[in-house]
Amino acid sequence: MATDILMPALSPTMEEGKLSKWLKKVGDPIKSGDVLAEIETDKATMEVEAVDEGVLAKILVDEGTEGVAVNTPIAIIADEGEDVESAASSGGKPPAEAPKANGHDTSVEQGGDKPATIAKTEDDAPRAPAAPAKITAKANDPVMEEFPTGTEMVTMTVREALRDAMAEEMRRDGDVFVMGEEVAEYQGAYKITQGLLQEFGAKRVVDTPITEHGFAGIGVGAALAGLKPIVEFMTFNFAMQAIDQIINSAAKTLYMSGGQLGCPIVFRGPNGAAARVAAQHSHDYAAWYSNVPGLKVIAPYTAADAKGLLKAAIRDPNPVIFLENEILYGQSFPVPKLDDFQLPIGKARVHRQGSDVTIVSFSIGMTYALKAAQALAEQGIEAEVIDLRTIRPMDTDTVLESVKKTGRCVTVEEGFPQSGVGAEISARLMVDAFDYLDAPVLRVTGKDVPMPYAANLEKLALPNVAEVIEAAKAVCYKS
Amino acid sequence: MEAGKTTEPAAGPSSASAAEAHKPAPNMPQFTREQDLHAYHEMLLIRRFEEKAGQLYGMGLIGGFCHLYIGQEAVVVGMQMASEDGDQVITGYRDHGHMLATGMEPKGVMAELTGRRGGYSRGKGGSMHMFSREKQFFGGHGIVGAQVSLGTGLGFADHYRGNGKVSLTYMGDGAANQGQVYESFNMAALWKLPVVYVIENNRYAMGTSVARASAQTDFSKRGLSFGIPGESVDGMDVRTVHEAASRAIEHARSGKGPFILEMQTYRYRGHSMSDPAKYRTKDEVSKMRDEHDPIEMVRKRLLELHGVPEANIKATDAKVRETVNAAAEFATNDPEPDPSELWTDILLEVGA
Repeated sequence: MATDILMPALSPTMEEGKLSKWLKKVGDPIKSGDVLAEIETDKATMEVEAVDEGVLAKILVDEGTEGVAVNTPIAIIADEGEDVESAASSGGKPPAEAPKANGHDTSVEQGGDKPATIAKTEDDAPRAPAAPAKITAKANDPVMEEFPTGTEMVTMTVREALRDAMAEEMRRDGDVFVMGEEVAEYQGAYKITQGLLQEFGAKRVVDTPITEHGFAGIGVGAALAGLKPIVEFMTFNFAMQAIDQIINSAAKTLYMSGGQLGCPIVFRGPNGAAARVAAQHSHDYAAWYSNVPGLKVIAPYTAADAKGLLKAAIRDPNPVIFLENEILYGQSFPVPKLDDFQLPIGKARVHRQGSDVTIVSFSIGMTYALKAAQALAEQGIEAEVIDLRTIRPMDTDTVLESVKKTGRCVTVEEGFPQSGVGAEISARLMVDAFDYLDAPVLRVTGKDVPMPYAANLEKLALPNVAEVIEAAKAVCYKS
Repeated sequence: MEAGKTTEPAAGPSSASAAEAHKPAPNMPQFTREQDLHAYHEMLLIRRFEEKAGQLYGMGLIGGFCHLYIGQEAVVVGMQMASEDGDQVITGYRDHGHMLATGMEPKGVMAELTGRRGGYSRGKGGSMHMFSREKQFFGGHGIVGAQVSLGTGLGFADHYRGNGKVSLTYMGDGAANQGQVYESFNMAALWKLPVVYVIENNRYAMGTSVARASAQTDFSKRGLSFGIPGESVDGMDVRTVHEAASRAIEHARSGKGPFILEMQTYRYRGHSMSDPAKYRTKDEVSKMRDEHDPIEMVRKRLLELHGVPEANIKATDAKVRETVNAAAEFATNDPEPDPSELWTDILLEVGA
């Protein structure tokens, strides 16, 4: 019986990749463990090994093809002794439906018992990467108002924006260095530090052992001595091992020293849920760090914000927690092509203007908020969507201004409900906008449970677009 | 007691005559008259300062925790005599002695203890959290063991800058059991950072004796699996401290990486002011005081070996007492911080 070889996923968040090279040709005998092909993503290159034995009967996806969806059949293996011709014609059927690898389904459609399919059928021709479109900043576009009209924009991923921010700051200031697990020779566990070792050398791009508590403390010590470390945590979940140094040493020393010892350090890395990595790798810490005086906490959504705010964070003389999101790393946004593009820390942005309800979010929560706003518009409700960008210090003024106009507010975050960012916003609105509110503030959050592993449960645990729509309608008293 | 690998300070030469006791042993490092005079003054200043702090605590002028360094003076004084300007010092919460030894003003330290505006942290840090960028003293840390990673980071900065300076990172025998200490040892050895780790083994982590808390009671061996050399040192004799410190600092400064010094020392007072010290006998304490007091040993050498007139020593005693009284006076009368200080020093201004 013929067996399909499917395009494998290299990580829980990979959706597609490039089939860069075939190492076997049609007619070659295949043993289990043989390397069949090489595939690559923007993060890594991997070899596809054979699991089954037989003869390579047919290659379905040519080498050099980009954008091959995970689980697409890429070749057919015939059993030994089987007629290769007939095997080649029998295989290549569309793959069975599988639970979606990415739990972050931000599509409007919700519900239904059937898990979404991830694999695209062969009808979906592999897509070529879009050519970098030449966009320029336009007036009246709230996303673009922070740089001069007419500024040339380049499309880049959040990943590239973060890398460029670090590289630019390292070129500018010899005291800036980056340290963490796999930041140098491996090029970053999520490829954020790609190329930095080659440009800046091992002295300034420092691979550490797996020892978060220790290297966070060393980073803080180096910062107290006046260097400007960027400490990468492979994920913020692991920073729990180091949280004493972040809070007790980095955040409090300036105060305890009567202003003598500042701590110019950036702790950065992916925060919150990725996909299918369960409770210990999915925690959103925005609310935790935002509770601590002496820290600044940033959680950007767009690539432009990632770049402009990371540059500002590196130059900031205070300890900054820079919360990234793994799902957003590969997403592309327009970024202004400016020599030194910085954004102010502590300033929210009205990402979409509207008059009926204010939706406040940050980081990946913005994807739910924006999709909900689009769906609401189709139903005649104009939502104003505010991207907080910085969680501490929180830009209450921008939120207040909007809520005074709309009289209604919904908050969206992936973190837990109790003592969350949404809880903080509602408390502030109750005090400062009590007379303007036409409805209680509603929070859309991650559910109050440890993140489950099963695809369906994970999807239930995360916020979704339907919940945001429902909350927005509820505060507008529409059903 | 002699330098070596003993974990219990050995019995001293109490039965020998004073002259015999201070006859130079063949391998005992000797101090010049000036070195002994300097060590005497520095150690006595710490002793009298701490006694006064204990008194002010009893009067309710110092609040919270107050951990006295009495008995351990030879360690930090001997270390400082072997260091050079620009070398950093960082320690845990038993830190008053380190501040004075790095040259911080007794007035500013005492006023911080009393929570006044003239304190080093303007009254916002207290006993365990004082710093002086000018004197390269990086605290003063209340979380046991945290200073070890921070001190390793100071060494990282020296190495990064290639400035030839060394980080003197102190911890107690209790902190030496913390996990981050070994994470730091590993990285310091891996990257050959210029750090001298000084483990002040005063035999009790709060009330738990070394034997009850440590599987390996020889702290000089705690870096062996990372290839960090270590020495066990008689921490009650400022000369042996100074000699070992000179070697260890030279090792670190010359690019060979970290070094561990276990200082066998003893604290006369309780862990903190509220410690009834039920875990050890009065005899144990008085034996150390009577036979191994670091200051008394130097005093005898000054009189008997260097021929310093007793009147000169008394003059030093009076001068130190005067300094400490002035510090206490200042710390008692200096006003509390202005209420507006509540909201300052939380974040630095960007671009300031």
